Amino acid sequence: MRPRAAAPAAPSDDKRWRIVTATMRRHGFSPDALIETLHSAQEAFGYLDEIALRYVAASLMVPLSKVYGVATFYNLFALKPQGEHTCVVCMGTACYIKGSPQILSAIDEEFGIKGGETTPDKKVSLMIARCLGSCGLASAVVFDGDVMGKVEPDAAVERIRRWTT
Amino acid sequence: MNPEELHSLAEERREALDQFQHRVVVCTGTACQAAQSRKIIEALDGIVKERGINGRCTVSAGGCRGLCSAGPMVAVEPTDVLYQGVTPDDAASIIDSLESEPVKALTCDTSAPFFTRQKRVVLEYEGRLNPESIDDYIAAGGFSTFVRILTEMTSGDVIEQIRQSGLGGRGGAGYSTALKWSTVAKALGTTKYVICNGDEGDPGAFMDRSVMEDYPFKVLEGMMIAAFAVGAQEGFVYVRAEYPLAVKRLKQAIRQAEKYSLLGNNICGTSFSLKLDVRLGAGAFVCGEETALIASIEGKRGSPRPRPPYPAESGLWGCPTLINNVETYANVVPILREGAEWFAGIGTERSKGTKVFALSGAIVNTGLIEVPMGISLREIIYDIGGGIPNGRRFKAVQTGGPSGGCIPEQYLDMPVDYQSLAQVGSIMGSGGMIVMDESSCMVDVAKFFMEFCMTESCGKCIPCRVGTAQMYRLLDKISQGRARLQDLEVLEELCDMVKHTSLCGLGQAAPNPVLSTLRYFREEYLAHIVDHVCPAGVCKIAHEEIAL
Repeated sequence: MRPRAAAPAAPSDDKRWRIVTATMRRHGFSPDALIETLHSAQEAFGYLDEIALRYVAASLMVPLSKVYGVATFYNLFALKPQGEHTCVVCMGTACYIKGSPQILSAIDEEFGIKGGETTPDKKVSLMIARCLGSCGLASAVVFDGDVMGKVEPDAAVERIRRWTT
Repeated sequence: MNPEELHSLAEERREALDQFQHRVVVCTGTACQAAQSRKIIEALDGIVKERGINGRCTVSAGGCRGLCSAGPMVAVEPTDVLYQGVTPDDAASIIDSLESEPVKALTCDTSAPFFTRQKRVVLEYEGRLNPESIDDYIAAGGFSTFVRILTEMTSGDVIEQIRQSGLGGRGGAGYSTALKWSTVAKALGTTKYVICNGDEGDPGAFMDRSVMEDYPFKVLEGMMIAAFAVGAQEGFVYVRAEYPLAVKRLKQAIRQAEKYSLLGNNICGTSFSLKLDVRLGAGAFVCGEETALIASIEGKRGSPRPRPPYPAESGLWGCPTLINNVETYANVVPILREGAEWFAGIGTERSKGTKVFALSGAIVNTGLIEVPMGISLREIIYDIGGGIPNGRRFKAVQTGGPSGGCIPEQYLDMPVDYQSLAQVGSIMGSGGMIVMDESSCMVDVAKFFMEFCMTESCGKCIPCRVGTAQMYRLLDKISQGRARLQDLEVLEELCDMVKHTSLCGLGQAAPNPVLSTLRYFREEYLAHIVDHVCPAGVCKIAHEEIAL
């Protein structure tokens, strides 16, 4: 561990910051822990806002530009709040040839959201996965963490409608 | 832990397992879990307790049986009965039939070619072990190879065995594993690292996910042997964050191995010490490239850098680093246990051993298979895979993901090995195999992969960043029927340029799907350009602009 003045205080007394700080402490506040720390911040808060990025940058003594660079480089980090529910449509090769583009267009037609977007009422976020590695289930869709296999466009729309009403 | 302790622990655990006349093992791989296999375990457990036979029968979680399309799979040991498509409601009939004939309606025929034509080395336990229990792995002989090597062999002996086995890197290129190991072993410096590349980013590939989920201990043991052979003291398993189950099981496995002092300081009372940890990816395809992966472990953006120096000389934090794929490590234990000659006897002259493939797409039996190198594509697709469903015709098989190519019907009898696949313009890749029938449009497939490479390009070198975007634009134009013949020439020129001038494998291989479809399905491109039709009926042709 490098000598340091003092670890900056957490941005607020929100208890979730303790999880983030604990991750950094476990790695000795080393700059190498940046990705691990961003993972734990996103897990705690659901997304990474400027306050979180600034706090992590100051704690790990990494320039804010680098933290922002890493947070935007990797697809999994979200800089905007996500909807209450998430629907992840797999667009891997097997799912693609079995019709996941049709699932996406059916969802867009019904709810007006494309991949990476959230409905205006903040209920549902639609995400696209590169490949879930569940090709035997093609087309696979994850609804709030539950993987569903052999999904047809109508079934996907129906499942999302249950969240919105 | 010393060899004797390990041996008696294995004995103890085996005896404990033998107490049960029946062991019901339920697959808990991602596909079967999605099909409610956890609920099946609960239901089976409930029935066993209800019938009061919990002294004779145990229900446990197991790994993938391979036939994901028929899941959830339930196996009954030691009779070898395999059930498919089980629901929680079937629990009672399965338990009640333990003493008599198996339930006919649910029985999966294990004498079908899907099972008999495979050769299992990496997947040798066929999902029988509970992936969350180190005791089960030890009872099956696990860690005895590592402990024997540690106490009886030198690093040179181990590398020599690997050399004689002819094992090649299973990440796709097939580079000699022994050569890589000996370079790291010879490299100067006292601090060295081992890394397991579990960043399986190819769409349509899930072999490494399955291996990490089902055999986390076997992967770790392979890494531990590698670390001993090259003289590393620390190692990382880099796994994509999209594989939460694999991450959980690997972390659990490391903790259990530490508890048994199989990891840590002075393992087995020798001078060898090793620390292993899991690092998560965050969704970047380029991180499968070794130098980008190292940057990511260092907490940076996953940008590749030019090689040499190779990671074997200057890798993680500038130290000599060994990076191998998950499947490569999973081959290490069987090789050192059964002997190099045994392994070299499987496969072809230049490609030794077996390869795990993820079979999916337009095929009857989707799932995970392991076959000896040199088997023909036709045997894989028609015998093991059961052919094309819905009476459709085979069109192409895609191997190697966005870095590979589409292989047409005329090469179906070609042997599957590194050299033959390269000859026809594809690659072995990590093992995704996606079968396409006549309802797939090859221009659309090429566009799909180019969109992938364009979005996943890290942007560091211009040929890849700009080239993939330009190629995607041209392919999009062709698929809409708005292109001219000159566009095809430009596309071919761009392929050549991007292939030969990109910095890393992502860019160098990005044109492969285009090149291979142009080579074998040129008439489809021409149909879009000249006749303004998509023969497969997939692409939306923009008719209004044809008037020009």
